Amino acid sequence: MDIPRYWRLREQRYKLQGNVCAECKAYNFPPRPVCLQCKSKNMQPYQFKGNGTIYSYSTVYQAPDAFNKQVPYLVALIDLDEGPRITARLTDILDNKIEIGMPVEMVIRKIYEDGDNGPIQYGYMFRPLLKKKE
Amino acid sequence: MHKIMKPERPVGIIGYGAYIPAYRLPAEAISKLWREGQDRNHLPIREKSVPGPEEDTITMSVEAAQNALRRARIDPQEIGAVWVGSESHPYAVKPSGTVLAQILGIAPAAVSGDFEFACKAGTEAMQAATAFVGSGMGDYALAVGMDTAQGRPGDALEYTAAAGGAAYIMGPGDEALAVLEGSFSFVTDTPDFFRRAYQKYPEHGNRFTGDLAYFYHIRSSVTYLLEGLQLSPKDFTAAVFHQPNVKFPQKIAAELGFSKAQISAGLLSNRIGNTYAGAAVLGLTNILDQAKPGDRILMASFGSGAGSDALSFVVTDKIESARKVAPGTADYLNRRKNIDYATYARWRKKIVMK
Ligand SMILES: [Zn+2]
Repeated sequence: MDIPRYWRLREQRYKLQGNVCAECKAYNFPPRPVCLQCKSKNMQPYQFKGNGTIYSYSTVYQAPDAFNKQVPYLVALIDLDEGPRITARLTDILDNKIEIGMPVEMVIRKIYEDGDNGPIQYGYMFRPLLKKKE
Repeated sequence: MHKIMKPERPVGIIGYGAYIPAYRLPAEAISKLWREGQDRNHLPIREKSVPGPEEDTITMSVEAAQNALRRARIDPQEIGAVWVGSESHPYAVKPSGTVLAQILGIAPAAVSGDFEFACKAGTEAMQAATAFVGSGMGDYALAVGMDTAQGRPGDALEYTAAAGGAAYIMGPGDEALAVLEGSFSFVTDTPDFFRRAYQKYPEHGNRFTGDLAYFYHIRSSVTYLLEGLQLSPKDFTAAVFHQPNVKFPQKIAAELGFSKAQISAGLLSNRIGNTYAGAAVLGLTNILDQAKPGDRILMASFGSGAGSDALSFVVTDKIESARKVAPGTADYLNRRKNIDYATYARWRKKIVMK
C-alpha cells in the first residue's frame, strides 16, 4: 500500500469525510464530484456521524498478504444512517453474536502495519454500540 | 518547605474521558502457565485489561479524547496543545499527538509532543497543559495518559501490565467541572524500573521498587502539597494513587491518613491491572463519574525513574451536565471478555514468527 495514497485519503479514513448533494441531499461516501442521483456538481463536504447497521457480513480466512497475519477477521457491508452502504471491518464482537440489522458505531483502529519499519495506518472499523441508545 | 505550583490564572478540567479495552486476562491464567498455580492465593490483582489486536496507545487515546471533547463541548479547533503521555507510543519517532490532532480535528494550529515518564507520563502531560492554559498561551490543552504495557513472559510484571487510560481537556477555571487548587511534583534519580532503547521489555530492580521508589515519592509529593494548601486528608472526599497492584495504593493511603472509603472509587487495579500512565488518571475519571459539586479530590501518580505528581481538584456544579454526555468509566469496566493465554500471546506479539 503506498504512503502518498493513504496520506491523501486520511480525512476519509479518520473521519468518514464524504459529501452531500446540495440539490437533492443525497449523501456520498467516498465523496464524489458529481451527484449519482441528479448529476448536480454542487456537492458540499459532509462528515458522517459514524452510526449505521449491518447489511451483511463475512469472516475472512484467506486474506491478501498485507492482512494475512490478522485472519480470521470480520468484514461487513454497513448501511450508514445517512444512506451510503460502505465496506468496513468489524471489531470487538464480544459475544460472537452478529445479526443483520445490528446497530454499529465507528471507532478508530490500526488497519495495517507496513512491516516493522513502515508506517502504521489508522482508520475506521465498526463495533457493536458501547452504550445502547436511550 | 517547598513551594507548591499554582497557575497565574485559575485552570481546571473542562472535559474528561476514559478508555479501557474490552479484553481481560485473569492473573490465574498467568500463574497456571508459569508457576503451576503455586502463587494463586497471593496474586497481585484478579485480572488485567488487554488491548484487542487492532488497538494501540493512539487508537485508545482517540476514544478517551473523543469522550473528553463531548464533555468539554468546545470546537476542537480551539485546542492549542495535544500531549500524550505513555511508555508505549506506537512510534519511537513521530508523536502520537500528530495522529490524534488530525483525527480529532484539532490540527493544524497546535503544539504536539509525546511525554514519557513511565507511569506518571499522563499527569506530567496534565501539569504541562495546566501551565499552557495558566500562562495564557492558549485557552485549552488536551493531555492524555494511556498505555498498552508489556511485561516479559513469566516475569512478575506480566501479571499486572495492562492497557487503558484517560484524556483531560484543561481550560479556564470558570469553565471547569473541577478546578485545580494546586499541585506538587517530586523527582529524583532512582533506578527502580527502566527500559533501554530498542528493548521490548523493561527491567526492574526489586530493591528499589517499594520503599525507595513508590512510597518515598508519593509520600513526599502528597505531604508537600497538603502542607502548601494547608489541608489534611479529612478535607478530601476522594483520593486516587498510582496502582501497580492492589496493595501499594492501600498501604500509602493508610500511611498518609486516607480511609478505605476515600480510595474505593479510584482503585481499579483489581479489575484491570496496572495501566501505567493511564492508572492514576483513570482512577480519577471513575471518581469524577460519581462526584458532587464541592467535592475535593486528590490524585497522586508515581512514575519510575522516579517521580510523583500530586494534584488537588475541587468539583464544580458543571460536573452534572458534563458527566452524562459520554460513556462513563463503569461502561468500560463492565464491557469485558475473558481471553486465554494463547490468544493474549498472539495478540501481544509474544509469539515470534521470524
Ligand atoms: Zn443530487
